[in-house]
Amino acid sequence: MKLYYITNNTASAVKIADIPVVDYTELYNDLAERMTNSRYHVAHYFATEHEMGLKFYLIILDDECGEVLISSFIPDYYTRGLASLTALHAQFHPFEREMYELYGIPFNNHPWLKPLRFSHDRRNRESTMDSYPFYQMEGDELHEVNVGPIHAGIIEPGAFRFICSGEQVLHLEIALGYQHRGVEGEIIRDDNKLRQTLIAESIAGDTAVGHATAYAELVEKLGEERIDEELKLERMIALELERIAMHIADTGALATDIGFQLYQVACEALRTVTINTTQAWCGNRFGKSMIRPFGTNHPLTQAKVDTIIKNITDVRRRYNELREDILQDNTLLARFEQCGLVPTEEMQRIGGVGMAARSSNLKRDIRATHPSGYYATELKHEPVLKSHCDVMSRLATRLDEVLQSADYVLNTLKGYKPTEKLRAPQYDAKLQADALSFSLIEGWRGEICHVALTDNEGRITKYKVKDPSVHNWLGLAIAVRSEGISDFPINNKSFNLSYCGHDL
Amino acid sequence: MLIKLLNTLLMIVVALSITGVINRTRAILAGRKGIRFFQHVYNARLMLSKGAVYSPTTTALFRIAPCVYLGAAIVAFLFIPIADLEPVLSFHGDIILVAYLLGLARVAIVLAALDTGSSFEGMGAAREALYGALVEPALMMGLATLALFCGYSSFADIFSTAQELGPNVTIVMLLLAYVFLIIMIIESGRVPVDDPRTHLELTMIHEVMCLDYSGIDLAMINIAGWLKNAIWAVIAANAVSVALCFHWEFTTPLAILGTGITIGCIESLRARNKLSRNTTYILTIVAMAALVLLTGFLLYQNIDI
Repeated sequence: MKLYYITNNTASAVKIADIPVVDYTELYNDLAERMTNSRYHVAHYFATEHEMGLKFYLIILDDECGEVLISSFIPDYYTRGLASLTALHAQFHPFEREMYELYGIPFNNHPWLKPLRFSHDRRNRESTMDSYPFYQMEGDELHEVNVGPIHAGIIEPGAFRFICSGEQVLHLEIALGYQHRGVEGEIIRDDNKLRQTLIAESIAGDTAVGHATAYAELVEKLGEERIDEELKLERMIALELERIAMHIADTGALATDIGFQLYQVACEALRTVTINTTQAWCGNRFGKSMIRPFGTNHPLTQAKVDTIIKNITDVRRRYNELREDILQDNTLLARFEQCGLVPTEEMQRIGGVGMAARSSNLKRDIRATHPSGYYATELKHEPVLKSHCDVMSRLATRLDEVLQSADYVLNTLKGYKPTEKLRAPQYDAKLQADALSFSLIEGWRGEICHVALTDNEGRITKYKVKDPSVHNWLGLAIAVRSEGISDFPINNKSFNLSYCGHDL
Repeated sequence: MLIKLLNTLLMIVVALSITGVINRTRAILAGRKGIRFFQHVYNARLMLSKGAVYSPTTTALFRIAPCVYLGAAIVAFLFIPIADLEPVLSFHGDIILVAYLLGLARVAIVLAALDTGSSFEGMGAAREALYGALVEPALMMGLATLALFCGYSSFADIFSTAQELGPNVTIVMLLLAYVFLIIMIIESGRVPVDDPRTHLELTMIHEVMCLDYSGIDLAMINIAGWLKNAIWAVIAANAVSVALCFHWEFTTPLAILGTGITIGCIESLRARNKLSRNTTYILTIVAMAALVLLTGFLLYQNIDI
């Protein structure tokens, strides 16, 4: 029996009727074997309401041949619980925990089943955010350090519970959920696509372009119209500008955390130039209002192209100087090298994605493995891989990716003559009925996956968002094991994960 | 009497200016205009005019600590001469008293940090106690070298006779100044050992112990920090002066600019140590102090022969 519907990231939406509804035991047995191979990882796994109770959808990515495997199953109404996949493959843990949180599905043999975002436990209402069941260890020499949920600085809330022996961290548990806003529910509240775009833009403030592009591509796959090549090109430029800006900001933030003022101020200046370029293009420094479905309100003009080329050329040159200095600075290398190791096998086991995975020598880059838009047609992307798996690797990936992205922007725009005749966005397009549409975008942090289901009139009835942070938070917890607790901040910054992207 | 007054005034000028010079150096190196030179003094004045908030878990220990901290620093401060000027207080063996007054200040603040019951402050206290214990040999050997050359054991006597030492101790004195400068960096919690500007509690040493203090208590701790800075800066500058030009007109600006600009540059141009490397860093300074003492002792023997 066929277990998966096979498609790819450039095909249009899938009819729900085409997705095989399989037996969970068969799927379980297949996944137990399949997921040991590092070419596969889970992109999304969620449950939705169905007349027979719950229907589960699973999306698996094959990194080697760019295929996307979609499967679904409907457990029998009287089945008590499902066998946990997390017990075999840790990468399923956020998805199973989310389904447990939303529907109270018990996953048997799950190593530690508790809600992902935790307002309360559906099976034990006494267990709430205030009495969070943190992992505990016994021992006279051990002490616990709790950080958060209120952050001392400027970033978002999250509770971090360390178990330490002296300065050494034995275990870190990260409890999130304080930023939950109900994004997925808000998106399907009505059919106003402008409103939906605005919400998608606000999923994570630092990935406005990434999430908006994911939403736009998802809706466009459900529509019937062809998308202009020029629009694809401009979206690529926007995504790469966002990547450049965030990578530079993180380089500066890492310097701040080790008290290195010189690189900090240099990066702050460069980031300002980059986000001001985005502002000159669309009026917003973070690229909000730039990406809209089926068209754009801010087509590139010759003047804007010239501004981008001028600024990015300057940023690239200055950042390259900085990069060479950073790679030779012994006090900085002493801090970052051999700190916060996440070996390749661990990263693969937890399903790490994006920049953090590439820094652990794991080739997870949607631009290369499942390209869409301009990446699929014109650009042949070769991911930056680093093999040391430490904080320095994650910094070095950023150092190289900024230059790579700047080159993509400059090479693409060189000789580009914008026609300035791009269509305006359309918010009333007719969408395909009874379909499942997904989009995969490599945001600056990693793989963004949005999935939508439509009803028989083409309205979106289920919308699922997955920010790369969902995969990678566990990577941070693994990175700090056996490190000094004072090295937690640089590890945290080297991942720079999103709280609200995780909490939705 | 007038000389004692002049000495105290100059010491106060040093104490108030060093932080300003550090901030200005950092601002210039960052390409910024920077805050007002005496902004830290205005901040302290503002805090002095405020009350304080106390956590209900703390006891009297927590409230007494800032007074002990500041009091010890003030008394130690009064023993320090600038070059050949005379300090307010002086007696035989006061170098030991100064060293342990500063030790008392540390004990007070460490106990207060433990008193809060916060896990952050506990970690900070453990780090401070460890580094304090490690740096003490360097401090004692540095003071011993000074005492050895002059045959006296009070700061006033040491520096009033030191000018007769002549050029053959130049290298020892310059090394000694370096040792005292690093001791100052360690004691005042500056890069590369600690970072006074960081917002990351998990990495702090000195700052984390003061997290629960506010208003007037915090101002007292800050002022004590300036006084301690001045003590180390002036001793280091005195050591350089002995080698080069022993006069207070030279020593005072040297104490302010030399330490201020050096620390400002270090803070801008290098990263902090990994916390576990700090012990190695401090022990290197101890080794250096031992070397200085040994070299000084050999030179001293030669001179006698």
